[in-house]
Amino acid sequence: MADWEPKILAFLCNWCSYGAADLAGVSRLKQPPNIRIIRVPCSGRMNPKFILQALRKGADGVWVSGCHPGDCHYIEGNYYARRKFALLKNLLEFVGIEPERLHFSWISSAEATKFATVAKEVVETVKKAGPSRHMVKKEAEVE
Amino acid sequence: MLEYTPKIKEIAYRLLSEQKVDGIVGFRKGTIPMVNQPVIIRKPEDVEHLHWDSWCGVNLANYLPKATEKLAVVAKGCDARSIVVLMQENQITREQLYIIGIPCKGMLDRRKVWKQLNGKEISFVNEENDKIVVGNGNFKLELKRSDLLQDSCSICMHRNPVIYDELVAEKVEEQQVDRYEDIKHIEGMTSEEKWQYFQNLISSCIRCYACRNACPFCYCPQCFVDESKPQWLGKTIDPTDTLTFHLLRAFHVAGRCTDCGSCERACPMEIPVRIFTRKLEKDILEFYGYEAGTNIDERPPLDTYRPDDPENFIK
Repeated sequence: MADWEPKILAFLCNWCSYGAADLAGVSRLKQPPNIRIIRVPCSGRMNPKFILQALRKGADGVWVSGCHPGDCHYIEGNYYARRKFALLKNLLEFVGIEPERLHFSWISSAEATKFATVAKEVVETVKKAGPSRHMVKKEAEVE
Repeated sequence: MLEYTPKIKEIAYRLLSEQKVDGIVGFRKGTIPMVNQPVIIRKPEDVEHLHWDSWCGVNLANYLPKATEKLAVVAKGCDARSIVVLMQENQITREQLYIIGIPCKGMLDRRKVWKQLNGKEISFVNEENDKIVVGNGNFKLELKRSDLLQDSCSICMHRNPVIYDELVAEKVEEQQVDRYEDIKHIEGMTSEEKWQYFQNLISSCIRCYACRNACPFCYCPQCFVDESKPQWLGKTIDPTDTLTFHLLRAFHVAGRCTDCGSCERACPMEIPVRIFTRKLEKDILEFYGYEAGTNIDERPPLDTYRPDDPENFIK
């Protein structure tokens, strides 16, 4: 347990947070290596199934990040996403998923420092919650 | 509720003989006590089959999506709200429908009667206002109507249909109740307690999908449970799969569910599955001030947004 490191899946919007992650990298900002990124075309592309699937497959935390409200590349994708996220987060917490495992943020492509800060914060919070036990599907992997 | 039957027959006869509609979606008396059968009547001489009593819980809106004929439908408060949602979703048009509105006093739960019977068989059920008398040749048992209400009906706040072309009786008084008492209780638990509570709650689920099939809004041509590439959940009764199913099923009807109770009525394992949909219903009302099926001009909450929606959970 002492050397346990969390696995965190981040869904980043192509037009902002993914760019911020890139900029944080080229700016050599220090950030924890626990985050695996999946690039999505918009935070509005996020389906609740994706988040459940991540938890089922063993992610200790899930982080979704998109453009600030009003800055969506597709004008309003993140507004729709915001409603889905609010309901999903509440529903998952209602059935006993720890609130520490789900994170949402708005990060523009210029906010590399915010990206690094939030990344640190996400990793630390998930670390506190410990390894995910509840939602993980235990099964034999067949390739 | 029995007194509605002649009026329903009369309206149905008129509509069919004047050829205003192609069919009447209603109920006929079932073959066993406390179970009525949904039926579509197409000939004026068949309206005699139509029936109404306190055991007409099935949501008749279930028979409407993608209907091509002109139909009259006998609709309780919850059915009428479901019809509004189906119209918002372009599953049926208003012009296609003639809504025979039922001011509903709440439908009864046959399981609650069975519990009182201790395994005894009954051959008849009589209704007299607030009393229900059940029995057979050898015994008679008198029960209070209010003790037998379906769980969804005892907290119902829309007993009168929100839209109708004709009502079969005067409107009934609406109830004033706290719909979310049990939800608030669960919200107060710790994460671990909640987890245990829900694991326990769904442990008997056999994944028969009866809750999905009974729902008037589960009309997708392909359901997520049947998808195999990608496969979102296994076809097993593994606790993780079962919880995933219940979460996704609830989320699919978020902002659409009118709490008609069809899912719970259909559940062979008596799992109170409405707890998931009602949590979403509570949040939607709290965050967006929306109640499904009450206003045809509004868009469903997940199909619209406001720039100032709550976002205190977002960093």
